[in-house]
Amino acid sequence: MNKITIGIPKALLYYKYKDLWINFLEELGCEVIVSPNTNKQILEDGVKFSMDEACLAMKIYLGHIYYLIDKCDYILVPRIKCIKKHEKLCTNFSALYDLVNNVFDKNLIHYNLDVEHKEDELYAFTTMGLTLGFPYRKIVRAYQNAKEKEKFLKERRISKQKSLLASSNKIKILLAGHPYNLYDEFIGKQIEKILEENHIDIIYSDQYDDKYLETEVKEISPKNYWTYNKEIIASIVHYQDVVDGIILMTSFPCGPDSLSNEMIIRNVKIPITNLIIDEGDANTGLLTRIESFIDILEERRKAR
Amino acid sequence: MKEERVISFPHLGDYYIPIKFLLNKLTKYKVIESPPITKKTIDLGSKYSPDFVCIPFKYNLGNFIETLENGANVLIQAGGGCRYGYYAEVQEKILKDLGYHFEFYTLVNSDRITPRSLYQTFKKIDPKISIWKMIYYIPLTILMIRYMDHIDDFIRKNIGFEKEKYSFFNLKKEMLNSFTHCKGYCSLTKRFFTYQKKFQNLEIEKPEDCLKVGIIGELYTSMEPFSSYFLEKELASMKIEVKRFTNVSYLLYQKRLTRKKNLRYIEKYCKYTIGADGMDNIYRAKYLIDQGYDGIIHIKPFGCTPEIGAIPIIRKVCQDGKMPIIYFSFDSQTSETGIKTRLEAFYDMLKMKRGE
Repeated sequence: MNKITIGIPKALLYYKYKDLWINFLEELGCEVIVSPNTNKQILEDGVKFSMDEACLAMKIYLGHIYYLIDKCDYILVPRIKCIKKHEKLCTNFSALYDLVNNVFDKNLIHYNLDVEHKEDELYAFTTMGLTLGFPYRKIVRAYQNAKEKEKFLKERRISKQKSLLASSNKIKILLAGHPYNLYDEFIGKQIEKILEENHIDIIYSDQYDDKYLETEVKEISPKNYWTYNKEIIASIVHYQDVVDGIILMTSFPCGPDSLSNEMIIRNVKIPITNLIIDEGDANTGLLTRIESFIDILEERRKAR
Repeated sequence: MKEERVISFPHLGDYYIPIKFLLNKLTKYKVIESPPITKKTIDLGSKYSPDFVCIPFKYNLGNFIETLENGANVLIQAGGGCRYGYYAEVQEKILKDLGYHFEFYTLVNSDRITPRSLYQTFKKIDPKISIWKMIYYIPLTILMIRYMDHIDDFIRKNIGFEKEKYSFFNLKKEMLNSFTHCKGYCSLTKRFFTYQKKFQNLEIEKPEDCLKVGIIGELYTSMEPFSSYFLEKELASMKIEVKRFTNVSYLLYQKRLTRKKNLRYIEKYCKYTIGADGMDNIYRAKYLIDQGYDGIIHIKPFGCTPEIGAIPIIRKVCQDGKMPIIYFSFDSQTSETGIKTRLEAFYDMLKMKRGE
């Protein structure tokens, strides 16, 4: 039997769930194709297919889908409504499946995660596996193994960051934002490059142990209900004593970020800057802003 | 002595009347509505708002600032789904940072309104409110809103064809005024029926085959006439019959009841709900096509995420049904002339399509 090939676009939730998705599908015996890093061509395709007001990350996502369209049998597009009870996500994630289905003419596989309507992750992955035609037991085992691996990899990344925090004496900046903004070649990586050229240690907001998430969120914004934004806020509270400054990274015009950034900026005590990036951004503007921000941090260190 | 409490709340179309009625009946405190929305309101609001937050936030913040200047010290925000639910916390923070002193309450803390949550919030606002009063007056207010929406539907269909100018407008004003003086269920219903008859007796000149247009889109911009630059008035002056779905009674109960039915109606396009009113708007687009309307107008504030998710699907529905559709995206900087020009062009297009 030929292997089923499944394409995963390297955008949006890929950065959050890549270990889980890839391990799960590979364990089942599918071939996984991941689209390459975002480049100019992908971005242009994305802009062509999306609404002009959609957020940058969404445009990039559609570009990745277009890249994958003739390279695989199925494309994985999840629909995620709610991960924890009484919490929500940006509505883009609940529209994603239907949107892609209407814009492109392509076989999609999907899973539906909606905890408030009793569809948890195991249930979602099982239905996805069953539609692909795998036996039930194999799916559950694959899911459990993938979940374990994801947990292991996450812990390893967190401990790596911890050791960096303890050992280095350079200026440290917390890059805070959604993972799909932090690690995207077009959005986060160019900021990362500038910081590295200036010999700055970068701490990432998503590599954070969410053991005390609820109590930490309450320090800044007790009523926030966006799961991913809560993670960002909690990590800022967690790291704000050990870093010199915070760079908030937002893609234009992100809905939840527009409000929760305001709360963060108004409540954080250390230097913070908010970089908003859209598809027409010139690199020089970013460079100037980041360099002046670094100057501020250096002066603060000297004064202490 | 303790300062006297003055309650206030932001605007949403004409709905300040039932809300004021309810608060007046329940509490002994003074209730003032915020000053009517003007250009100044939106300027104040956008000055202190985050950059790319959606436009209702700016209107509400402007309302709050103006009403605080007028002496209010207890503010009520509605809350609800989407970004609305989080407005309250950010607005409270912004206003406190500006140096105002006030108490802030939200009616809905989670996604939906439940009797329990309403009870708890009203108890917080005024601990002396008796539960019996609430049980009597809250359904009465909901009934009043329902009657208002019913009349509004009728007005929207006919206002473009009135013989005497402003006859509908004046009668509606009279009706709302009379509603505020009602004493109970009987008197409210009586008033509703008398005014319904009066509305039906108003003289109109309505041709059989007038143009019919449906308005779909985000809830605040469709309910607050100022934020859509009086789009409905403009349509009325062009002699177009207007159908609009979103109103408060829809938000209160219809939405919950019709979700499953609507989803089945559009299962060809949509498998899941999209969040906020996204799925409902796709349903409405399909419904308007099936009912033989001439065109659709989609309105939303700039950056409204659920609508942005729904628009590609609506576009496909309209392509399949060969339906003309125009999209308006409102921001604090939108020019009124631009909207007028686009609307006129749309009107000409509908006329031409009819001519075929």
